[in-house]
Amino acid sequence: MAFYVVQFLTGLASAASLFLVASGLSIIFGVTRIVNFAHGAFYMIGAYIAFTLTERLSGAFGFWGSIVLAALAVAVIGVIVEMVLLRRIYHAPELFQLLATFGLTLMVEDLVVLIWGPDDLVGRRAPGFRGAIDFFGQNIPSYDLFLIVLGPVVLGILWLLFQRTRWGVLVRAATQDRDMVAALGVNQKWLFTSVFAVGVFLAALGGALQIPRDAVHHAMDLRIIVEVFVVVVIGGLGSITGAFVAAVLVSELNAFGILIFPKISIILVFLVMAVVLIVRPWGLFGKPEAAARKTPGLTVNPWRPLTSNERLMALAALAVAASLPLFAGNYLLTVGSEIAIFVIFAVSLHFLMSVGGLASFGHAAYFGLGAYGVAFLAKMAGLPMIVCLLLGPLLGCMGAAVFGFFAVQLSGVYFAMLTLAFAQIVWSIAFQWVSVTGGDNGILGIWPEKWAASPSHFYWLSLGVAALVTIALRMMVFSPFGYALRATRDSLLRSEAVGINAKRIQWTAFVIAGTTAGIGGALFAYLKGSVFPDNLGISLSVDALVMVLLGGVETVSGAVIGAIVYKALNIWLVSQTDLSKLVLGGFIMLIVVVFPKGIVGMLEMLAQRRRKSSPPGSPLLAKPIESAE
Amino acid sequence: MSAMPPLLAVEGLTKSYGGIHAVRGVSFSLRAGEILALIGPNGAGKSTCFDMLNGQNKPDSGHVRLLGEEITGRKPREVWRLGVGRTFQITATFATMTVRENVQVALISHGKQLFNPFGSAPKFDRGEAGRLLELVGMGGYADRPCGELAYGDLKRLELAVALANQPKLLLMDEPTAGMAPRERVDLMRLTASIAREKSIGVLFTEHDMDVVFEHADRILVLNRGTLIAEGSPAEVRGNAQVQAVYLGEGLVYDARHREGAST
Repeated sequence: MAFYVVQFLTGLASAASLFLVASGLSIIFGVTRIVNFAHGAFYMIGAYIAFTLTERLSGAFGFWGSIVLAALAVAVIGVIVEMVLLRRIYHAPELFQLLATFGLTLMVEDLVVLIWGPDDLVGRRAPGFRGAIDFFGQNIPSYDLFLIVLGPVVLGILWLLFQRTRWGVLVRAATQDRDMVAALGVNQKWLFTSVFAVGVFLAALGGALQIPRDAVHHAMDLRIIVEVFVVVVIGGLGSITGAFVAAVLVSELNAFGILIFPKISIILVFLVMAVVLIVRPWGLFGKPEAAARKTPGLTVNPWRPLTSNERLMALAALAVAASLPLFAGNYLLTVGSEIAIFVIFAVSLHFLMSVGGLASFGHAAYFGLGAYGVAFLAKMAGLPMIVCLLLGPLLGCMGAAVFGFFAVQLSGVYFAMLTLAFAQIVWSIAFQWVSVTGGDNGILGIWPEKWAASPSHFYWLSLGVAALVTIALRMMVFSPFGYALRATRDSLLRSEAVGINAKRIQWTAFVIAGTTAGIGGALFAYLKGSVFPDNLGISLSVDALVMVLLGGVETVSGAVIGAIVYKALNIWLVSQTDLSKLVLGGFIMLIVVVFPKGIVGMLEMLAQRRRKSSPPGSPLLAKPIESAE
Repeated sequence: MSAMPPLLAVEGLTKSYGGIHAVRGVSFSLRAGEILALIGPNGAGKSTCFDMLNGQNKPDSGHVRLLGEEITGRKPREVWRLGVGRTFQITATFATMTVRENVQVALISHGKQLFNPFGSAPKFDRGEAGRLLELVGMGGYADRPCGELAYGDLKRLELAVALANQPKLLLMDEPTAGMAPRERVDLMRLTASIAREKSIGVLFTEHDMDVVFEHADRILVLNRGTLIAEGSPAEVRGNAQVQAVYLGEGLVYDARHREGAST
């Protein structure tokens, strides 16, 4: 019995930091409507700065002073970030906001290693809470008891802050209707900045308070952000009470999950999250999401199938690509195969994102599942390559069917967070279930058979599949199903009112996209000869998002260009610098802020401007003139 | 033999939000080819009432029957399949698609081809889409992106979309709101002629009394969630209670009206 009590208390102690970070995220979202992906990064910087300060300042006063000082310092960084970056993107679509803050996270990861080094740092014990308390023969660290008390205290302070201060009233009003608050003469800029500072302060405090419990390391940002996303999805985005209850719930599930499923404890959290989503899609304490406001200035040019000239041009480009083995060496061909595979991956996400309006932040899960599918079939069942290539993607398909069912119940940022959490769950399973997946060591020795073994043959295979997939998805955009999918993206209300079962359409699209990503993953396993948990990691998911964005979200198949340019740049960059994340993060922010239409989007815009400027008169009149020429 | 059941029969429809009775015991019926107006001041419960007819909103109690078939609480998409088209107070269209594509989506849905991943959607029922657009006077706009249309044109497009599944009943929530006076008359004349020709029942809410009195065969007056009058335009115009709560505003500024409004 005592053991369970201790386990329960450990869970409560872990909940404290989680609650601090989650409440910060919730407060920021409530007012600014931005899901701050960089929240985990602020948590991490908080921990690092607190570590440095506690090493310098001695004594109890020095320790606790350092914790608070660290959180304040990070809050100042937060203010700078808000003023320099976020103010430029408050009116951008959610996807762009998520990506920009993710870019920031990437940069921070490299900066942290640059400043503090790559090794884990073990911090000082907290003065006054060094020992442990004996509880019927079980030890409870006294610092845990401090954290257990701290959680509710912070909740109380936040409650007072929001209920009893003028600032709190403004924040609550802005959470309900920020336009109205602005119309009442409140300086919105400073309200947003102060809210962001408070949210970041809470995240950094959560990080700083972790140092007596856990080592500080440069991957703690992603771990916490995924847990925080799960917490806010369960608790309800924007609700502080929800963040508290869900943080306790998730921490307890983790604490006891280890007892029930020692290998894959995260399953329990997932199951609870699934139940909550079915019963209350907007979370336990959240409110149903108001219809998303359409972003002005982002209207899409009507899509049309390629004209016969454009088709010829695409074919010519494909022929040029196919002739690469005639003059390129093996290294270049391997790079070419990788690019072709990423074209498959990117167009699959593009289909879901641009056609379906569903921006998945965990698309790598299905790519990786396809790769693992091949690995299982090839290594365990020993099936021939062609069978593996055909059946392997089915694992991606099944994963997409299960997760997609839940994901399409939500939309917008909730959808993004949920897909990310799902991907992280799949990653954890691949990582933890060593007996089946090999864990961190992956599964090795998946080599192509003789007919596809040479670099040129494998290149042609990849290129051929990429071309087929791209053509098939493009045709689907202009099929009845594609129209239905676009309809659900444009207006749920109208599509339901013309008899469209939007959720089923979106689910189908999710499965199609997941399966296609699985095809890419299957080829990738053969290209690399191995699979690792990284094949379904967050950074790969974000690579896909950037490829789509770079090509142009509003285009029909811009992702093809996006994938080629991005992947080529990426491969080159990794060979040139150790700080690829720093460069990449900066690059992502740059695209979002100054180049939101992407390469193909820009080209289309230029072409259209030229068309519009040459013949005077309306487009209706312009047509006969053109055809007469 | 009993007579054919009415196209739409509404019985004791009730809906409360917390302590507020938005709609209380509303009953009425509508025949095929009839044009019925639902009027009432702001907050009378018109939109709530409307949303319960096609499943956008679930009533607390009461029944909605379409040709005798119970459709209460069905989902909007199921109600649509039974032949009920609807337009919205604030237009809902597919903004990134062209005008023709908007109609084609409805036609694809009507043809049960929604999950067809092959085939060519741009060619899907192109003729029928064009015909519907001609019908509402939007033939020349077929290739325009929907996001560029003027508000009045969006309303007409919504009408074309609503007609795509050859409905028996059209529900139009403030079809002429936000339109110029000239456009209002045109749109309602058009709707009326289509309804008469195809024997479609039309239920619409409207604030513009000129539109209501010119086109409605019958008028229902809703106030604070209950029906206070029902009858032909002439009867409703002459109804003292209606004048007091509604028509009086702006027309008759006498002491009697003020008394009536304050009780």
